[in-house]
Amino acid sequence: MIVSIARKELKSMFASPMGWVILALLMFAFGTYYLNGVNNYFEVMSGAIRPAERVGVTQFVGQGVYGLASFIMLFAVPLLSMRLISEERRNQTLPFLFSAPLSIVEIVVGKFVGLVVFLSILIIYIALMLFTLNLWSDIDFGYIIANSIGLFLLLASFSALGLYFSSLTAQPVVAAIFSFISLFVLMILDRFFAGDPSSTMAQLSFMKHFQSFAGGLIDTADIVYFLLFILTFLILTIRRLDADRLRG
Amino acid sequence: MSDFTVEAIELTRLYGGRAAVSDVSFNLKKGQVLGFLGPNGAGKSTTMKMLTGNLAPSLGSVKICGVDMIENPKEAKKLIGYLPEMRPLYKEFTVDEYLTIAARLHNVPGRQIKKAVEVAKERCGLGHMSKRLIENLSNGYQQRVGIAQAIIHNPMVVILDEPTVGLDPVQIRDIRSLIKEIGKEHSVIVSTHILPEVEMVCDHVQIIDQGKMVFNGGIEVLKRQRMGNKLLVGFNKTPELADVAKIKGVSNAELTDNNMVRIRVEEGAEPQEAIVKAAVKNGWGLYQIAPDQTSLEDVFIQLTYQDGTQETAEASEESTAA
Repeated sequence: MIVSIARKELKSMFASPMGWVILALLMFAFGTYYLNGVNNYFEVMSGAIRPAERVGVTQFVGQGVYGLASFIMLFAVPLLSMRLISEERRNQTLPFLFSAPLSIVEIVVGKFVGLVVFLSILIIYIALMLFTLNLWSDIDFGYIIANSIGLFLLLASFSALGLYFSSLTAQPVVAAIFSFISLFVLMILDRFFAGDPSSTMAQLSFMKHFQSFAGGLIDTADIVYFLLFILTFLILTIRRLDADRLRG
Repeated sequence: MSDFTVEAIELTRLYGGRAAVSDVSFNLKKGQVLGFLGPNGAGKSTTMKMLTGNLAPSLGSVKICGVDMIENPKEAKKLIGYLPEMRPLYKEFTVDEYLTIAARLHNVPGRQIKKAVEVAKERCGLGHMSKRLIENLSNGYQQRVGIAQAIIHNPMVVILDEPTVGLDPVQIRDIRSLIKEIGKEHSVIVSTHILPEVEMVCDHVQIIDQGKMVFNGGIEVLKRQRMGNKLLVGFNKTPELADVAKIKGVSNAELTDNNMVRIRVEEGAEPQEAIVKAAVKNGWGLYQIAPDQTSLEDVFIQLTYQDGTQETAEASEESTAA
């Protein structure tokens, strides 16, 4: 049943121009960064005299593309997640789902999966794009895979938070603004505590945990952070929708 | 196991401290069509939401074909088709796409989805609208899509909240016959404001007012009240009302706005012939005598305004007659 809900979400994402336009724009941005990275590589590397300054082409191009992806998705995910529940609320279509033989858990997880699948298209596309470097060079597949997993977890966390804010209001725009603000705060939180590396607040930041993936390191502690983050917001969303049924 | 398809047991719903619905109990058997009546804000929609599991009752329980809605919501919801007051339509989809999603969500097996969609479209007269976006359909056709969505999985109980709102007379007739048809095999609950509609399609009526059930019984009971107690008589030369009231079996006579005489009949009496004879004798110029058609509304008003004074009831009667 989760699959049916996810399919419905994907279908409605592509039923409006919104999904296509966002996909196209993001692909264009990533493609541009990729091309720039490839063009600049030899120029920069020939300028780097000491061996320590030299990096592989995978890392050089990948850094740019994945850095841009994590930043630009900060804007894109709230735009995509805003309508998941708030639009159903506004159009009064929630009874359609509530009176179908579905549990609220299935509805919420289905919507989450739908959005994550949509975002995975981008992740796969970026990975494929970077794999093409292999045509003229020996690339570091591990680096790309670690980055893809990191980006996947990051975007899934964005989606979970966006889904929660979407369940709070009947106005998609309000949901988008609130999820953008909270995502932005969570992204840059570690900058404020940069002086104190052991700070608990800094540990809450996305960037702190994305960094290890960005360096090509798959750290289980970071995976657990993202999974717990996703779980927390999915449970909050489920509770919010359940309250609808209980309190009316 | 009982043969009831719907059992509502002492349903109560509190909003804050106020009871929107209090202590509503009823049963529905297979093959019955239940009409749900009540003034605005009486708690009709709230009751329907509780029956379909969209709202948890504060007290009491709902059983669908013996399955408890609170303990086993998934099984119970499988047996229900529900059209809420606000049509739950995804307007960015075409009719076919939307109905396919509805069928899938209601656990229609993969291979039968296509057939189920076709059958539902045919039953609701949507055949030629398959590829149209729901957004572009007229109000009436959107309503039909809403009904199609509620019957697509062939549910045991169909619950329709004001299904004929916004339809043209031909469509209303179609929908009524559709409701009757569904009612033969399954149970249907319909809420409406339109009294003749209840009379046409329902065989069981419930009237709810301020969250309380004020009438629950067969349609015959209502019909009997409707037939019985009033006549509308037209005279060319309007007689003295006192003279009319003197006729045996007449308890009261009054003048309506369009110069007809409304005659209240004593319980069990049949004064029609006496009225005609009196009219001939006195030369009143009788041209019409008929049962007063507004009396179903009177029944409704009497039931829902029981606490109010008799004057308010009378006043409402006159306004409905006009």
